Amino acid sequence: MIGALFLREMLTRYGRNNIGFLWLFLEPMMFTGVITAFWSATRTIHGSSIPIVAFALTGYSSLLMWRNMPGRCAGALKSNKTLLFHRQVTVLDVYFARILLEFMAASTSFVILGIIYTAMGWLEPPEDALQVVGGWMLLGWFGAGLALTVAGLSEKYEIVGKLWPPMSYLLMPLSGVAFIVDALPPKLREIALYLPMLNALEYLREGWFGSLMNAHYDLGYVATVNAVLTFAGLSLVRQTQLDTSDE
Amino acid sequence: MIKLTKVSKDYRTKVGWRRVLSDIDLTINPGERVGILGRNGAGKSTLIRLISGAEPPSAGTIERNMSVSWPLAFTGGFHGTLTGADNVRFICRIYGVDFGPRFQFVKDFSDLGIYLNEPVANYSSGMRARLAFAISMTIDFDCYLIDEVMAVGDERFRERCRIELFEKRRDKAMLIVSHSHRYLKGNCNRFLLFREGTIEEHEDFEEVYFRYKETLGEAFQNKQQMLAAMQ
Repeated sequence: MIGALFLREMLTRYGRNNIGFLWLFLEPMMFTGVITAFWSATRTIHGSSIPIVAFALTGYSSLLMWRNMPGRCAGALKSNKTLLFHRQVTVLDVYFARILLEFMAASTSFVILGIIYTAMGWLEPPEDALQVVGGWMLLGWFGAGLALTVAGLSEKYEIVGKLWPPMSYLLMPLSGVAFIVDALPPKLREIALYLPMLNALEYLREGWFGSLMNAHYDLGYVATVNAVLTFAGLSLVRQTQLDTSDE
Repeated sequence: MIKLTKVSKDYRTKVGWRRVLSDIDLTINPGERVGILGRNGAGKSTLIRLISGAEPPSAGTIERNMSVSWPLAFTGGFHGTLTGADNVRFICRIYGVDFGPRFQFVKDFSDLGIYLNEPVANYSSGMRARLAFAISMTIDFDCYLIDEVMAVGDERFRERCRIELFEKRRDKAMLIVSHSHRYLKGNCNRFLLFREGTIEEHEDFEEVYFRYKETLGEAFQNKQQMLAAMQ
């Protein structure tokens, strides 16, 4: 079921002509390109030893993951409502298909860009690939839990669907796309680390270039938040399923 | 057999909960053709959706011992950017059937030709209708739920639909919602009249139609007058 929905979503999202898939890479590529250029230009000012490309790639890829999943799920029911006429298609299937698609899209772009940059000599391979994968999975789990919660809430209260985009922009600069926790003053550090995606990203970055940075994270905290979000999301979605009402 | 026991359905509106169906008991046996009449908003389509399983009832139980179609309506659940063929493929996937022979059938039946490889967004409403009906005929069910099916389509296509539904599938159960008296009278052997969330069952079409007209507020003095008007 989810497989069928997944293929359908893929076609509607990226279209038949293959240029659609290319956007998957072009967008993060342009972004990491800009960040890298900007940081290289200002390097003399902050004088950090962090590898810029790895920093930008991990930051933006993780952003893609936790921002797009909820964004894509928030309105998912509206465009898929007619599918629910088919008894075997459930609300949860619709969301899972979208989450899976986002996860695959973000992962593919992450891996392919990683390979391209490495081949071009801009990027050193990760120091601990397993830890990178672990961090990535944690991010994916966080994104999925958040997506289910936001989606479930947005079906209940329309305002949530409208608030999510500005919320996500607010969180964006705080989530470590453009900084590492160690660079923050200790007071701020504590507050920032309440963001689960920042913890997961720090862990991921430590796996990639840990010898060059001082990572701060609490994996137990991330896992707890993830579990709570997943549970809340699933029960909200279940409620949605029970009162999918007349349009 | 499909058996509804004390089925109710409530929807939330701005002024509180509204009961659309209350305490419906209904049994549909294999091969029965049930015609459904009622004013707009009387709960006809809601009942169809409940029986199809697209929505759960608020109270009561629905037992299904035969396979039930999705509600066949000519609008269809299509995604505009997908092609007709993609939509067929999707349905085949979720129902777990082979694509090849089904696609051939859709191609022949819908008469859409090369348009099957165009996005559905570019279809006319008649073309959409043909595609939707053709797709719903690709999967075999024991019971078909037909919600206002004959509203669109040209003469030729309607005739083909009639053959496909009522001749090739004469042994299947059907629930048919329609406002057309000719259509119901010709095709059904049981009739349900929806009135304020409850249903009345009638064997005789003239009786049910007479009462239906009453609910519309355009009652006839007597049945003779009605029959004369129906000619």
